[in-house]
Amino acid sequence: MELIENIVLQALQMLVVLTLAPGLTGLVRKIKARLTRRRGASVLQPYRDLARLMRKEVVLAENASWLFRVSPYMIFAATWVAAALVPTFAIGLHFSWTADLIAIVALLGSARFFIALAGMDVGTSFGGIGSSREMMIGTLAEPAMLLVAFSVALVAGSTELSNVVAFMASGDVGIRVSMGMALIALTIVAIAENARIPVDNPATHLELTMVHEAMVLEYSGRHLAMIELAASLKLLLYVALIGCVFVPWGIAPANAGLDGLIAGLLLFLAKLVALGFLLAVFETSIAKMRVFRVPDFLGVALMLGLLGTLLLFVSRSL
Amino acid sequence: MQGYAFDIAHLLAGSLVLVSFMMIYQDRLYALLNTFALQAVLLSLAVAWQAYIQGAHHLYASAAIALVFKGIIVPWALHRIVRRLGIDREVETVTGVVPTMLAGMGLVALSILLMLQLTQSAENAIAREDLAFALSVILLGMLMMVTRRTAVTQVVGFMSLENGLILAAAGAQGMPLVVEISVAFSVLIAMIVIGVFLFRIRERFDSVDLEALDDFRGERQ
Amino acid sequence: MIGFAVTIALCLLALSLAATAMRGLSMASVAIYGSSALLCLALVLVGAGTLLTHADASGMRIPIGLPWLGSHLHLDALSAVFVTLLGVGGAAASAYAIGYGRHEHEPHRVLPFYPGFLGAMVLVLLAGDAFTFLLSWEIMSLLSWALVLTNHRADETRKAGYLYLVMAGLGTMLLLLAFGLLAGSGGGYDFAAIRAAKHSPALAALVLALMMLGAGSKAGLVPLHVWLPVAHPAAPSHVSALMSGVMTKVAVYGFMRVAFDLLGPVHWSMSVPVIVVGALTAVMGILFANVDGDGKRILAFSTIENIGVIFTALGLALAFRSSDMPVLAALALTAGLLHAMNHMLFKSLLFMVAGAVLNATGRRDLDELGGLIHRMPKTAFLALIGVMAITALPPLNGFVSEWLLFQAVLQSPKLPQPGLQFLVPAVGGLLALAAALAAACFVRFFGVIFLGRPRSDVARDAVETDRWSLAAMGGLALLCVLAGILPGFLIDLMAPAVDLAVGARVPVQGGNSWFTLIPVAEVRSSYSGFLVMVFVAISGGAVAWLVHRLASRRLRRAPAWDCGFPNADPVTQYGAGSFAQPIRRVMAPLLGARETVTMPPPGDMSAARHGVQTEDMAWRFCYQPMIAAVFYATTRLNALQFLTIRRYLTLVFGSLILLLTGLTIWN
Repeated sequence: MELIENIVLQALQMLVVLTLAPGLTGLVRKIKARLTRRRGASVLQPYRDLARLMRKEVVLAENASWLFRVSPYMIFAATWVAAALVPTFAIGLHFSWTADLIAIVALLGSARFFIALAGMDVGTSFGGIGSSREMMIGTLAEPAMLLVAFSVALVAGSTELSNVVAFMASGDVGIRVSMGMALIALTIVAIAENARIPVDNPATHLELTMVHEAMVLEYSGRHLAMIELAASLKLLLYVALIGCVFVPWGIAPANAGLDGLIAGLLLFLAKLVALGFLLAVFETSIAKMRVFRVPDFLGVALMLGLLGTLLLFVSRSL
Repeated sequence: MQGYAFDIAHLLAGSLVLVSFMMIYQDRLYALLNTFALQAVLLSLAVAWQAYIQGAHHLYASAAIALVFKGIIVPWALHRIVRRLGIDREVETVTGVVPTMLAGMGLVALSILLMLQLTQSAENAIAREDLAFALSVILLGMLMMVTRRTAVTQVVGFMSLENGLILAAAGAQGMPLVVEISVAFSVLIAMIVIGVFLFRIRERFDSVDLEALDDFRGERQ
Repeated sequence: MIGFAVTIALCLLALSLAATAMRGLSMASVAIYGSSALLCLALVLVGAGTLLTHADASGMRIPIGLPWLGSHLHLDALSAVFVTLLGVGGAAASAYAIGYGRHEHEPHRVLPFYPGFLGAMVLVLLAGDAFTFLLSWEIMSLLSWALVLTNHRADETRKAGYLYLVMAGLGTMLLLLAFGLLAGSGGGYDFAAIRAAKHSPALAALVLALMMLGAGSKAGLVPLHVWLPVAHPAAPSHVSALMSGVMTKVAVYGFMRVAFDLLGPVHWSMSVPVIVVGALTAVMGILFANVDGDGKRILAFSTIENIGVIFTALGLALAFRSSDMPVLAALALTAGLLHAMNHMLFKSLLFMVAGAVLNATGRRDLDELGGLIHRMPKTAFLALIGVMAITALPPLNGFVSEWLLFQAVLQSPKLPQPGLQFLVPAVGGLLALAAALAAACFVRFFGVIFLGRPRSDVARDAVETDRWSLAAMGGLALLCVLAGILPGFLIDLMAPAVDLAVGARVPVQGGNSWFTLIPVAEVRSSYSGFLVMVFVAISGGAVAWLVHRLASRRLRRAPAWDCGFPNADPVTQYGAGSFAQPIRRVMAPLLGARETVTMPPPGDMSAARHGVQTEDMAWRFCYQPMIAAVFYATTRLNALQFLTIRRYLTLVFGSLILLLTGLTIWN
């Protein structure tokens, strides 16, 4: 009985992230529109887009290989599994021990790997430019992410997110400047990984500076829907990650009752809205960078991650 | 209470180090000056916190001096100088940002290692970590002076170095107020002197790039 | 057990002689490679059998060699791990070569050396005294040198061979010094005697440094790596696979044997150079892999990276062991050994892929390939598995060892030395950088070779490779997947070796049904490659099924979109150079990269050119000064050639007096 309950809970988590992800994307778009005094499309627009794309036929480039057709599902599955392993409204889920933070980062790395390969498959110049730049960004974002994981693990004593959340929520952490640095670093990584301004512009097509959109230029129909959904899931994943590590309050502990779960879910929604709002404000207030300024930007995240780790040693050794 | 006091002190001192890194990252002169002002404000907060937990009232005066002089007057004066001189608003660096930051990282590691070992006998944890961070700020200020070309950025580097000195002094159970005031004044005078020099340099060489001086000395062809 | 192992080694050596006799026979190639493969499989049985049965170390002495020493041969858990590794790699390479060898123009340039090379490597692993070790090491070096020179007509190959010979000679000389120091003036060259002797800290430090240089030059540690990216690709592909996949591990074994077994405990500071050099090797190796345009050379550079990762793990293990934390040392060492095994699997696979592509097209240059996924679908699929494994993507095997290593890095705060506490996180960052760069490198490798449109006629007309090659590659790919989802089996297998080296082991993983990895209690984290694979497969499969079932399954082929301006010329695709451009720019200072643009003046119709040069810093800062110094010294000493007889006699007399004086002072 308990096993079934656990599995249901895990399945619930997977469904929650899947259903909320397009909504978060829509919310950010809406707020950005309002901030620039436009009406903007409805928050539900991404759902409609996805439904529409799913029903359309796929137009495949003549020399596209099987890899091109498999990749959308691989990208989606890797991202979805990764997103399902980040605590959102409850911790201690049945399969949360399957992968820790490092494995989650690596799963996202798999998604990146396949999307970059897919960008090169048709053999167009746009696909190649997107893939090569995406890999360059990943090259700098991943070490920064690992250093953040390092800081967090130093404080919480584990890279298992359930353990981290339990420790963070217990209040033994105190105020740590290192955690602040880790937060900034994680935010920078999240912005770069999700192709947001100032690293990439999620709203453009046909610009030489674009990265993500260039890679998926040849996709259409259900394949594009999968990729868009994966992108939304990734945004949700990072928001949930920031939420669960740095604002862990309200997440239902293991074996919480039904009311605990509902409270966790509501608080999770509130966190999504708040962080989505912050993201929209940030994106509206800043200009897109040149591509070769991005390494400096990500370099800051790397430095902050390292600095945070160094400063932690000071507070630990005293 | 001890943990709480330590946490706040740690937060403020750590933020000072962070702001030093932010200063290295800036590539616009005005942004650099604003960051410097931010560091001064943080410094005054850190000193004030020290005053509070040590119960040393004269440190409040130090905090106020830091706030007024370095948080307001100096940045304002530098803003004015930059505007009056029409200095190029880009910060010119000798090496790239990332190598400089890496070097800075090494300096922070060095100072923390050194200070934690040197002060092993000291009881007071707050003083120890304050000293470690203060040394980091000092070294980062020096690094900034070494890696920037224009005179204004060197002034800012020097001031930031001095911020580190004050942090160290505040952490080490305070220095006498007289010393503090005289240091503040000497810094102010130094700034005035440097400011005058800046005008003179510009008059002569049409630039405040210090390497123009090297040309004059005939060191570079 | 040891008897078996030695017999196999001798059989392999004898096979070399037989190959010389069989010159010109049409079936020689199949016979030699086939028997090599069988003997290697037998080696796997011996190695894995020793490990599984937890057999005690067994030794034997053959009265060949130095008169008072004979040859000691010895098989313990540490050797057994590497014997297993060698067996798997050798069997795969030999099976591959049955098919690949048919394309060889001059089989008699490979066949006589190939089995002997394998046999010599086995003997290095089995050596029980310094003499046998060095002798087999030297045979291994020379035979591999002969294999590198297979295609000796190419000028490049001859240069590679020369460089390799110089570096191998240097390496052996340093090893000789190291063992000489270990044996001391007493001259106990037997490993048991060396182990029993007490070594002063200064001596231990010196020996460790010499081993780093000696074994490191064979393994490819920066800055001794310069020969590797030219020599490994020059050999036929199955030999490249062996050299990269297996011979570098033999070098790792040599280092481990001395550092963990013979030398006894060392001071913690000695682990610092190992960790630092390892991490730098990892980053520099993969950086150069990212900008190179030759498929096999990319793989060789990536070998350097992986060796760096392994040495970092070994350094961490040394650090933990010196601070009396055997369990954590076991964690780091397990990560290192596992990575050695994994690297053998995927690097051999990828070299075989490169060989298959080379056979099908005759090209190694990435910019002349492309679109091979259509022409060689099976090779492409196997290559994809290899590339995913080497990029450390879950659930494949590369990720498991990387994950374990990161867990070991995360434990570094427990070390008592502040210096290491600060160093190791930075090293962790470097390792993550190397891993991310590896992803970029292999997206480029796979993408440019197999995806896109063909960039040359030969690539357009390529045909799928032969069945033997496919079988060998398929076997390695399968092992990559299995090692990824059942890492517990390998970890348990290696546990006796880890125990021997650091005196502890990670807990038995078999209890977790081999699916889940729970390294040590301190880590408080776990990873299950099996479940990750199941989750990804189920969710991906289910969604694909649902979408096809409920939404739409229509599909239409049309010309590529490319923003409305598709250009038919394959040159407009991103190639090797253009794909590398962002990373090359970002990392330009480390690569010594310079871009030159030649613009014709207005009105001139000639083409503009864009050129890129990269320069290995090791050459500029290490080798060029050294070469200059040697030239200077030899020019100066040249004068000695033209002395009178009286002066020569004075020289001899003078040096005699000097030596005698030295002896007087010494005593």
